[in-house]
Amino acid sequence: MKQKTEVLQGTLALMVLKTLDVMGPVHGYGIARRIEQISGDVLAVNQGTLYPVLLRLEQEGAIASELGASENNRRARFYRLTRAGRKQLRAETRDWEQTAAIIGRFFDAKAEDLT
Amino acid sequence: MRPLRRFLMRLVNTVARRRDDERMKDEIEEHLALQTAENVRSGMSPGEARRQAVLKFGAVEAVKEQFREERRMLFLENLVQDVRYSLRMIRKSPGFTAIVILTIALGVGATTAIFSVVDATLLHPLPYPQSEQLVSIADDLPGVGAQDVGMSEPEWQDLQHSGIFEYVSPTWYDDNNLTGSSRPARVSLLIVAPDYFALLCVKPQLGRTFNPEDHRPGFTEEVVISDAMWKRDFASDLHVLGKSVRMDTDLYRIIGVMPPGFQAPGGTTRDRNIEIWAATSFYGPPLADHPPRNRRNLPTAIARLKPGLTIPEAQSRVDALVASLQKQFPADYPLQSGWRVRLLPLKEIVVGNVRQPLVLLLGAVGLVLLIGCVNVANLLLARASARGREMAVRQALGAGRERLTRQMLTESLVLSLLGGIAGLTILFLTKDFLARLVPESLPRLNDLSISWPVLLFALGASLGAGVIFGLAPALQATQLDLTHTLKLEGRSSTGSRRQSRTRRALVVTEFALSLVLMITASLLLRSFWDLLNARLGFNPQSVMTVRTRLPYPNDPKADLYATVSQQAAFVREILRRNRALPGVEEAAIGDFGAVPLGHDRDNQTPPVPLILEGRETGADRSPLVDASVVTPEYFHLLGMTLLRGRLLSDFDNENAPEVAVINETMAQTYWPNEDPVGKHLKLSPSDPSWATVVGIIADARTESLENARVPEIYTSLYQTVSRRVAHHLAIFLRGNVDAAAVLDQVRTQVQSVDPTLPVFGAEMLNDTVSASLAQRRFLMEIVALFALTALVLAGLGIYGVISYIVSERTHEIGIRLALGAERVDVMRLVMGQGVRLAVTGAAVGLVGALIVSHLMAGLLYGVRPTDPPTFAGVALLLMGVALVACYVPARRAMRVDPIIALRYE
Repeated sequence: MKQKTEVLQGTLALMVLKTLDVMGPVHGYGIARRIEQISGDVLAVNQGTLYPVLLRLEQEGAIASELGASENNRRARFYRLTRAGRKQLRAETRDWEQTAAIIGRFFDAKAEDLT
Repeated sequence: MRPLRRFLMRLVNTVARRRDDERMKDEIEEHLALQTAENVRSGMSPGEARRQAVLKFGAVEAVKEQFREERRMLFLENLVQDVRYSLRMIRKSPGFTAIVILTIALGVGATTAIFSVVDATLLHPLPYPQSEQLVSIADDLPGVGAQDVGMSEPEWQDLQHSGIFEYVSPTWYDDNNLTGSSRPARVSLLIVAPDYFALLCVKPQLGRTFNPEDHRPGFTEEVVISDAMWKRDFASDLHVLGKSVRMDTDLYRIIGVMPPGFQAPGGTTRDRNIEIWAATSFYGPPLADHPPRNRRNLPTAIARLKPGLTIPEAQSRVDALVASLQKQFPADYPLQSGWRVRLLPLKEIVVGNVRQPLVLLLGAVGLVLLIGCVNVANLLLARASARGREMAVRQALGAGRERLTRQMLTESLVLSLLGGIAGLTILFLTKDFLARLVPESLPRLNDLSISWPVLLFALGASLGAGVIFGLAPALQATQLDLTHTLKLEGRSSTGSRRQSRTRRALVVTEFALSLVLMITASLLLRSFWDLLNARLGFNPQSVMTVRTRLPYPNDPKADLYATVSQQAAFVREILRRNRALPGVEEAAIGDFGAVPLGHDRDNQTPPVPLILEGRETGADRSPLVDASVVTPEYFHLLGMTLLRGRLLSDFDNENAPEVAVINETMAQTYWPNEDPVGKHLKLSPSDPSWATVVGIIADARTESLENARVPEIYTSLYQTVSRRVAHHLAIFLRGNVDAAAVLDQVRTQVQSVDPTLPVFGAEMLNDTVSASLAQRRFLMEIVALFALTALVLAGLGIYGVISYIVSERTHEIGIRLALGAERVDVMRLVMGQGVRLAVTGAAVGLVGALIVSHLMAGLLYGVRPTDPPTFAGVALLLMGVALVACYVPARRAMRVDPIIALRYE
C-alpha cells in the first residue's frame, strides 16, 4: 500500500513539475485539474494527495509558492517552478525517457523472440 | 546548551505546526471552493457540487496527516507529547516515581562511580605524550626459570644503538638519606639514564631536565625533584634551582622541578611516588668501570619505540638482536639459560595488576544495576496491568500499537533519565568522599573526575536501563485482548496470563543475578577470611618495626659502614640502646627483606643466586632465592619454630665460619631426601668461602600471605655471606611499647650513634600484615555491599510478585476456602509458587556463578572456584530470603475471609 503511494508520489511529482513548466504559475486546484485532464484516472479520486507532494517539492526547493488571487477572487496559493526545479525536471525527463526507451526495447525484443 | 536548544526546537515546532495546519486548511478550502464552483458550472446543485468536490478530494484527515508527516515533525511532536504525558503521569504517582528514580539513581550512580575509576586507570592512555610508543623492557632467563632478571650495562648499550628505540632508560629505584636540612630524611630516588625525561616527553615546571646527550661516567651530580618535595622541603622557593641537596653524603645540584601530578610510571605506589631523579650512565665510579655483560645490575628499563614502530615489530627486531648477541658472546649467554628480552606496553606495568579486580567490580555493579532494572520492570508491569483499561480504550480509539509502545517506552526513558540525573547528582556530591575509599595502591594516573566519557557512560547506562526495564512492560501493555479487557467493566482489571508469566520470568532473572553476585562475594569473603586466619608461622603480636638506612656514598672511602665489622659494631650498639627503651622486652635487627609481608612495598632485597657445593653452575643458571640478613634474636622475637639443627647465635660473628639457617621448603626443594644440615652453599659466585647450613626452621608466611611455601634463607648480620652489607635495617622491638612515642625514642637512640641516619617507617607488625590485605579487603567489601543490595532487591522483587499473585487470586482463594480448603493448604499453595520461582532462579544463577567464579579464580585464595559449601550456603540463604519474602503475602492469603473475598469484585 505504502509502496504504491510512493510510486504514485514519484510520478506525481514529475507531473507537477511538467505542469508548472508548461502552465507557469498556477494554484493547486489548477495543477490537479490539468493532471486529471491529461492523465485521466490518476487523480480522479484523492486529489488531496497532491498537496503533500507540493509541500515536499517546495521543501526540496524545486518549486516556490506565494499567495495570489484566484479566478473567483479568492486568496489562493500559486506555485511556480524555480530554477532548480527546471533543472530537476530536465534531468528527470531525460531519466524517464531513457528508462522508458530501455523498457520499451525489452518489451519489443521479447515480442519478436516469441513470434 | 542542550536544554536550551531543545526548548527552541519545541517552540519552533509548536508555532510551525499551527501555521502549517492553517495553510493546509486554507489550501483544502480553496481547492474545494474551486471544484464546487466548477461543479456548479457544470449544472449541479450547490449542495451536491460541494459533496462531489469533497468526495473527489479524498480523505481530508489522511491528507492532513500526510502533510504533517511531510513536515517531518511527527516524531518530535510525538516525543514532546509523550514526554509531557510521562511527566504528567510521574506527577500523578509520586511514590511510584520516587522508588523507580531512587533505584535507577543508585544503580546508575554506583555503576558510573566504578566506571570513572575504570576510565581513569584502564581506558585512558598513560599521561605522557604518544604513550603508545612507550614500553617496559624485561629480561628473562626461562632456562633457569627466572623472570625479570634485569639487564647489564653492555646490553643496555646494545639496545640503545639497535635503532629500534628512540631512547632506552634503565630505572633503578633506590632510597637515599637526605641530610643537611633540619632532620635526616629518607627520600625515594629513581636512578635513571639521562634520556629518561626526553623518553617520557615531559617538561619540568621549573628549570630543566637532564640532557639526553650527557653520557659521562658516573652520576651527573644533577637531580630533578618532584613537586611534592619542592613544596615540602623548599617551601615552593622559585630560587631552588642550583641549590644543593646532600644524599648519602654526596652533593647534588637541583636543576629542575617536575610539575604537580607528574608520576613516574610504575606498578606500585612506591615506584610512582618518586621524589628525586638522579641520572647516570651506569658505568664509571662509583659503579664498575667496564661492567661485564653478565652482571645484570640494572633491574628494569623503559623505552620509547622509534616513531611508526609497533610493539610486535619492535619485539621481532629485538629477538633478532638477542639471537645475534647470543652468537657473538656465547660465554655470557649459555644456551641453557635461554636469554630473552620482552617488550611490554608500559601501561601493562602500571595498571596490569589492577585490571582483574576493576573489571570484576564493574561487572558486579553492572549486575546490581541490572537487578534494579528488573525490579523496576516488575513495578512497571504491575502498574501496566492497572492501566490495562486505559491502554485498551486508547487502542479501541485507534491508537496504533507501535505508537502506544513508543509512548510507554518514552515514559520509561523519562524515568530512567531522571534516575540517571539523580544518580549523577549524588555521585557529584559524594565524589570527594568516594575518592577517599579508593585504596592508595590503585594507580591514579588521571584524576578521578566526572569527565565527558563518564557522562556519556552515565547517559548510556540510564538509557540502557530505561530500555531494559521499559521494553517488557511496554510490549505487554499493548498486547491486550481488547474485547476481554473492555468487557471487564467495573472490575479491577487483572493482568493476562502472559503478563504474570513475564513477571515470573523477571523474578527468576533477578534471583539468578543475585545468586551470581552473592557467590562472587562469598568466594571473595572466604578467601579474605582464610587469609586473615592463615597460620602465619610467626607471631606479629606486639611487635613493632622501625626502619633506618645506612648511607651508600659514591666514594667508598666515605662509607662508614663498608665492612661487616664496622656494621656489626653499629648494629650491636643500636641493639643495646633499643633494648633499654621503656617496655621493650626483646630487640632484633634485620634487613628490610626480613620484615614479614613488608617488602612488597619496599623491595630493597632482590633475590640472590643460590650456589650449592658440589652442584656449582654459572651465576646465570643458579636458582634465585629470597635471603634475609638478621641478628640471632630475630627468630625468637618473631616466634619462629626451629625444626632441626640450631639457630644463629652471637658466636656466629665476623671471625667465625659462616653459617645459614633455611626454611623447610628450601630444605625440601634443594635437598630432597637429604639432611641439609652441614651442607655448604654460597649466595654469590664471588664469595671466597662456603657457608654451612646449621638449622631448619618451619615455613612462615613472611613472603606473602597467599603462599607459605617460599624458600627462604637467613644469614647473620655479623657475617659476610654473599659479601653483602645490608644498608636497609629494620629494628624489631617486642614488648609493651608506646606505638606513638617509639619512633622518636628509636630516632634519639640511633642518631646518638650516627646523627646523619634517618629513622622512619614505625609500624606495628599487625598493621603490616593487614596492610598487605588492603586491596583485597577493598574489593571484598565493595562486592559484598553490592551483593547485599542485590539480595535486598531480589527479596523485594519476589515479595512484590507474590503479593501481586495473591491479590490477583484473592477471589479464587476465597472460593477454595469456601469450598473447604484448609488454610495451611492455601499458604502452601502461595509459598510453593514463590519457592518454585526462587529455585528456578537459583538453578540458572548457579550456572552463571560457575562461569564467573572460574573467571575470577586468580583472585581467590584457599577456596576452589566451585567450592560446594559456598554454593550451597548461598543458595540456601537466597532460599531463606525468598521464603521470608513470600511468607508475608502467604499469610495474607491464608487469612483471606471468603465472604469478603467473594463479595469483593
